[in-house]
Amino acid sequence: MNISSFIRRSNMRIEQLRELALLFIIILIVLFFGSQIPRYFTGTTFERVGVNVSIIVVVAVGMTLVVLTRNIDLSVGSTVGLIAFVVGQQLSDHHNLSPVLAVLLAIGIGTLLGMLNGLIVAFGKVPAIVTTLGTLAIYRGLLFAYANSTSIHTQNLPGWIIDLPRVKVLTIGDLNITFLVATAIVIVVIFQLALIYLPSARRLYAIGSDPETALTSGIPQRRLVFFAFTICGALAGLGGFMYLAQIGTITTVAAQGLELEVVAAVVLGGVSTLGGTGRVIGALLGAVLVGIIEQGLVRMQFNEFWKQAIEGLAILIAVVSDSALRTRLRISLSHNQAMPISTETEKAGPTL
Amino acid sequence: MKAITRANWLKSWEFLLFVVFVGVIILNVSLSPFFLGLDNLVNVLQLSVETIMIGLIMTLIIINGEIDLSVAAVMGLCATAFGLLYQNGTPLPLAALLTLGLGLLCGAFNGLWIAYMGLPSLVVTLAGLVGYRGLAYVLLEDKSVTNFPDEFSALGQHNLPGLPIPATLILFAFLFIIFFIVLHYSAFGRYVYVVGNNKTAARFAGVNVRRVKMILFTVSGFMSALAALVYAARVGTVRPNVANGLELDIITIVLLGGVSIFGGSGTLIGVGLSMLTVLSFRNGMTLANISGSVQTSVIGVLLILSVLLPNLFQEVQTRWRQRHYSEQQVQAGKERDVETKQPSDVTP
Repeated sequence: MNISSFIRRSNMRIEQLRELALLFIIILIVLFFGSQIPRYFTGTTFERVGVNVSIIVVVAVGMTLVVLTRNIDLSVGSTVGLIAFVVGQQLSDHHNLSPVLAVLLAIGIGTLLGMLNGLIVAFGKVPAIVTTLGTLAIYRGLLFAYANSTSIHTQNLPGWIIDLPRVKVLTIGDLNITFLVATAIVIVVIFQLALIYLPSARRLYAIGSDPETALTSGIPQRRLVFFAFTICGALAGLGGFMYLAQIGTITTVAAQGLELEVVAAVVLGGVSTLGGTGRVIGALLGAVLVGIIEQGLVRMQFNEFWKQAIEGLAILIAVVSDSALRTRLRISLSHNQAMPISTETEKAGPTL
Repeated sequence: MKAITRANWLKSWEFLLFVVFVGVIILNVSLSPFFLGLDNLVNVLQLSVETIMIGLIMTLIIINGEIDLSVAAVMGLCATAFGLLYQNGTPLPLAALLTLGLGLLCGAFNGLWIAYMGLPSLVVTLAGLVGYRGLAYVLLEDKSVTNFPDEFSALGQHNLPGLPIPATLILFAFLFIIFFIVLHYSAFGRYVYVVGNNKTAARFAGVNVRRVKMILFTVSGFMSALAALVYAARVGTVRPNVANGLELDIITIVLLGGVSIFGGSGTLIGVGLSMLTVLSFRNGMTLANISGSVQTSVIGVLLILSVLLPNLFQEVQTRWRQRHYSEQQVQAGKERDVETKQPSDVTP
């Protein structure tokens, strides 16, 4: 196979190849939309994609940490909704609340909610899927109870948060980088660097690749899984704040189903649900891909109802191509051709 | 019954469930004097008949070590397709048949990736959850279909002539018996357990693991379609958001019934008891004027507790055993020391 010899020569990892492929697909899709939609290649197009994607990216970074350890967090949608509402409520009641305090409040609540998930998964040994399916319902119920059938309205919020999405940090040509997009980029860079250089972050990969080996080699598995869920909650808190800033009007169903978009981005970006492989950059690319497709479909006047169906298809294609690519490459890359083919999928079982 | 006596703690789990069930009933009776009537019990089951129908196949799937998150979405898609077919003038029996076929197809599609491509069921059915629900929205957008013929609605709402319980519950009872026999008294049922316990060992023992999984997911799609028909008949209105989030209730009921999320253990008796318990509990909360979303929250707590409590129980048990064991070891060691010392003292 040509690809395998290319990889061997360039010393590239499988996930890097995936990210390259994803970038290629993104470029293809952009070119396709560009040929179909008049005035597509303008700053506003990409600005709009950026605004929509930035929340998903921030939450997806946290999700990446969790998925690396072979877990999953389905409660992020409810977390984002709950925090957007609570912080929005506080801001509408106390107009003099400082912005820093509001952000800290959002991250603080998120951390607490994430800690609860982590506590149950890591120390209670309840599978992540069960725990977070439960907390998905619990956090949403808390929101219903707290909201008491009221909602947050844009006109009650202080001016600075309404203006926040329009604050520009940098302008390149006619492309404006807004504050929220810049935040997302900073988060991605920080966590990507941490995942490369921090020893404890490297251990997340070890846990995901093989929990038993990680345990026997003395990695504090419980503590690190707990830590991953906590970070995921904190980032979902930040995402909740960004959601409030961007949407403004928050109802009790705010951010419902966001977890699916986040999981889609993460899985598309090559972060394997079997744990142990994937990078934050990949999750960013996955989110951008989903965002570009969504925006393009809107511009082509496709029905908005197609969005979900296409997302589902995208997740499936990502998982299938991931699995196919891995098995192929493992066969052609392994020096020992007698290696069993499908050990990966066999040992995986239910990824719970 | 054999399956129950086999694992000791499972037996106690079912007993525990029964105690909880009785507790819930006592609580409910104290809330409302109308609770104890047979009418109410029938009503409770009737209102959630789709949930418990899908719960049957979900039990088998979880015992088999997999999970199906797409059931509610498949149900939504099938209900939507059924409504659309009927609206466009397809005769009702044909529309029902086509809907069941669509369900089979959705299930087989899931099963294909899981059984033959070896993909994790969690991700495949998560994609299914998004995708099938999306298709339902594509088909019907934000409209709804109503005005099903009276005879059809009567099947969903009323009793069969001469019988005290609704037709849908008779259908459920029939399905329960079939699933019970298949799981506990057939070779296929044993395969479901064996594969759930150890996939690799099952394959080496000559069990066709792929076929077992394929059959389970296909049947899951079929049951979701059947539930969609029951829903259409019972409620009389079909929208794309039918059964949104129902998978949470279904999985909670199954796990609370003592089925291990890791596969390989659980019984339909436990799940049946858990169905009664959870539904009565919900009914009780409704009687106590607790809103639906808060009820869902409580179900979420139950879901977590149903796995957390046995885990903690087991943890405490092993700790206790370890301490007990090490104490015995120390005791035995002392005795051995004494025994070995004595002869050496004697020799010089």
